[in-house]
Amino acid sequence: MLFGPKSGAAPLLQTVGLTKRYGAFLANDCIDIEIWPRQIHALLGENGAGKSTLVKAIYGLIQPSEGEMRWQGEKMVLSGPSDARARGIGMVFQHFSLFDNLTVAENVALGLDGQQSFKDISARLEEVSNVYGLPLDPRRDVWQLSVGERQRIEIVRALMQDPKFLILDEPTAVLTPQEADQLFIVLERLKAEGRAILYISHKLEEVKRLCDIATILRGGKKVSACNPRAETAASLARMMVGTEIREVKAAAGRQTTVPRLVVNDLSLEPDDPHGVHLKHISLELKGGEILGIAGVAGNGQDELFAALSGERLAQDPGTVVIDGTAAGHLSITQRRRLGAAFVPEERLGHGTAPRMKLSENALLTGHAASGMVHRGFIKLAAMLSTVDRATKAFDVRKAKRDPEAASLSGGNLQKFIVGREILRNPAVLVVSQPTWGVDAGAATVIRQALLDLAARGAAVLVTSQDLDELAEITDRIAVMFHGRLSAPLPTAQATREQLGLLMGGSALEEKEAPHAVSA
Amino acid sequence: MQLVLEKRAERSNTIALVSPLIAIGLTIATMSVLFAILGKNPIVALGVYFIDPLADSYSLQEIAVKATPLVMIAIGLSFCYLANAWNIGAEGQFLIGAVAGSWLAVKTHGTDAGLWVLPAMLLLGAIGGALYALIPAICKVRFGASEILTSLMLVYVADLLLDYLVRGPWRDPKGFNFPTTAEFDPVATVPILIEGGRLHLGAVITLLVVVAGAVLLGKTIMGFEIRVVGAAPRAARFGGFNSNRLILLTFAISGALAGMAGIIEVAGPIGHLQPGISPGYGFTAIIVAFLGRLNPAGILIAGLFLALTFIGGEQAQIAMKIPLDVTKVFQGILLFYVLACDSLILYRFRLVSSSPKVSRGVA
Repeated sequence: MLFGPKSGAAPLLQTVGLTKRYGAFLANDCIDIEIWPRQIHALLGENGAGKSTLVKAIYGLIQPSEGEMRWQGEKMVLSGPSDARARGIGMVFQHFSLFDNLTVAENVALGLDGQQSFKDISARLEEVSNVYGLPLDPRRDVWQLSVGERQRIEIVRALMQDPKFLILDEPTAVLTPQEADQLFIVLERLKAEGRAILYISHKLEEVKRLCDIATILRGGKKVSACNPRAETAASLARMMVGTEIREVKAAAGRQTTVPRLVVNDLSLEPDDPHGVHLKHISLELKGGEILGIAGVAGNGQDELFAALSGERLAQDPGTVVIDGTAAGHLSITQRRRLGAAFVPEERLGHGTAPRMKLSENALLTGHAASGMVHRGFIKLAAMLSTVDRATKAFDVRKAKRDPEAASLSGGNLQKFIVGREILRNPAVLVVSQPTWGVDAGAATVIRQALLDLAARGAAVLVTSQDLDELAEITDRIAVMFHGRLSAPLPTAQATREQLGLLMGGSALEEKEAPHAVSA
Repeated sequence: MQLVLEKRAERSNTIALVSPLIAIGLTIATMSVLFAILGKNPIVALGVYFIDPLADSYSLQEIAVKATPLVMIAIGLSFCYLANAWNIGAEGQFLIGAVAGSWLAVKTHGTDAGLWVLPAMLLLGAIGGALYALIPAICKVRFGASEILTSLMLVYVADLLLDYLVRGPWRDPKGFNFPTTAEFDPVATVPILIEGGRLHLGAVITLLVVVAGAVLLGKTIMGFEIRVVGAAPRAARFGGFNSNRLILLTFAISGALAGMAGIIEVAGPIGHLQPGISPGYGFTAIIVAFLGRLNPAGILIAGLFLALTFIGGEQAQIAMKIPLDVTKVFQGILLFYVLACDSLILYRFRLVSSSPKVSRGVA
């Protein structure tokens, strides 16, 4: 093997043809990966590429459907995470599992296997945190700590098990650049001690700086293993998003009219610690135009959607203008009355109430302006007529006239949701991940509907991680990274490489802060 | 071999309907064991509890009289619980409603006030209960205080306030120092429906509340809001429904209904204000609400069933010397089983052989 330090010796961990199936969906398709000691191994890929599935299998959280894992050359079957930990596999999750009202030491004690006295744990905690330069006060309550300090607890907790192999899932996603730099020093040190590290990320500059080898996943398959230092950020980006797909081209020309959705210098603090701070977002969207927002999930797209829909209100009314009316302070219902419509990413639980009928889910967003409510009473006939019209216009397949939302397949439910909004003939449609997890047929129907809506003069804002989709339907594409939105590029001129770099944050940063690793 | 709870792929609608019946069956089985331990013949005891009260008109009326406050309170509670607002303090709202309505009865006592007194008392009772319920709701919305704790604690405040009033300022001067107000005037009393019986107008009002509750939940946008906030909070916010507003609204509705039940009980079967006007109606109504699957029609049936246990309990006390507390044990066990059986809607039991691979501990 190209990257094995010693030929003949077995790697620390090896997966052979590892496959994980969810129904007909292949989350991991025959993945071979080798982890060697003294190496920081990057696992790169877009969201949905299969990174999480792979590490979940390695950490014993799920059982692979096919293939096997070998630990130091011997076949390994894990019964669960504690089994993985017992062998020397540690993991630091992206979302922390800490109890806010307990102290640092108590949290660490709860997460450790085996029986040790609390005193011993506290002493060892202090020792580990000193040795690795991860300062932590064991007596402080977790709720008082910053996100970076909370992550330190997770790392120290993992290190106290003295792992041979440590998995970190997007560890810098929640860190400031300074905190990230400190983390890299710790990781280099762990590597020097002979431990192996699997580093999941989509930040290309970071990976180039830190990692010795990179495995790149796309669509559940391993597409490449390379030395990231020998690659450019652009070539890595190309491998992540794929090159075999068509080049970006503009959609058929449409007449654009007056601005219908305007965002002026919108900045919003996140309301939860894992949220993204929106920074100075501005955009202008004319009638007849489709603007795409590309970017890796978790860079502020959800926060932007909430700010546009009115699920979160802005302080300044002028930050969001819908069809000429300042709407930053208006509720989602009032924004709907101004002619805006919204399709969130999550179909079940956000876009619809899963256990309610389609007619009731039509009422969910239609009560504001669709004649479904008269003097406080709901009109079942009007609700059912919306269901019927959406069914007809968007070919929604369902077992009966008015089933529960959860009983529909993902594609059919998405067609219903998009149909429900488009039937209201909105002036502005904000749609997030319109074809996420939807079969190809339904995806075509939905994309066509968005194009048709724009052709009728509506302004359409599409957030998607699927660059092909954006290339197919948008007029301009902007990229979100760390809560900032790049200036939109005309779709006809944007290259995949340019977009990939923007998505990895490198182009944005070079302008703002040279040599910074992450902003 | 291990018995594990396994999540079902889909919720089972069959179990959702059968679950209250399973719960009742399990409760009866448990009670039989309890009766046997108490040295009573379980068959005879169950007969006294569940069959005898259905045999004569007096007992049947008495069941309706007991069911009246239970159903009225439970309808209000079901709104709260559907919206994920946990009002546990209906007992306190019941007492405050009784106090608020009784104020007018005490003030107009002995005057020649007209027929307006009773409707005004019912209105005052509803307002009093609603305002009292809004205290925990506002604390929840404004400060994030657990409404479960605050609403429960306010029950004892209400209890002591009532106690103070009937021992102090409102005590009947001619009442031989008993802690009670004077007997309410006829215009301040809920009329009896059947001459010489105990069934009163409150039962009719309760039936109207059941119908109104069903209409509100099924046919109005407000009912839809209540259901969607509880069933899918994020979707509700996306729909433009404000969960804080709903907490205030459902608490106010349930407080008003509990308060009205309180004043109807005092102005009806009791006839004056005194301590101990409720044998725990506000708490039993929680069981009624869940046993009735938070559905108005179901609540009506569940209320009648729980009322039967009250009457059966009294008869068992007289006929078989079974302590009245056994009735409360019965009701508690019933709620336990109802909630436990509900987990079978989303989960099922499965026997699995314990895995031989597990080396140390369980994940």
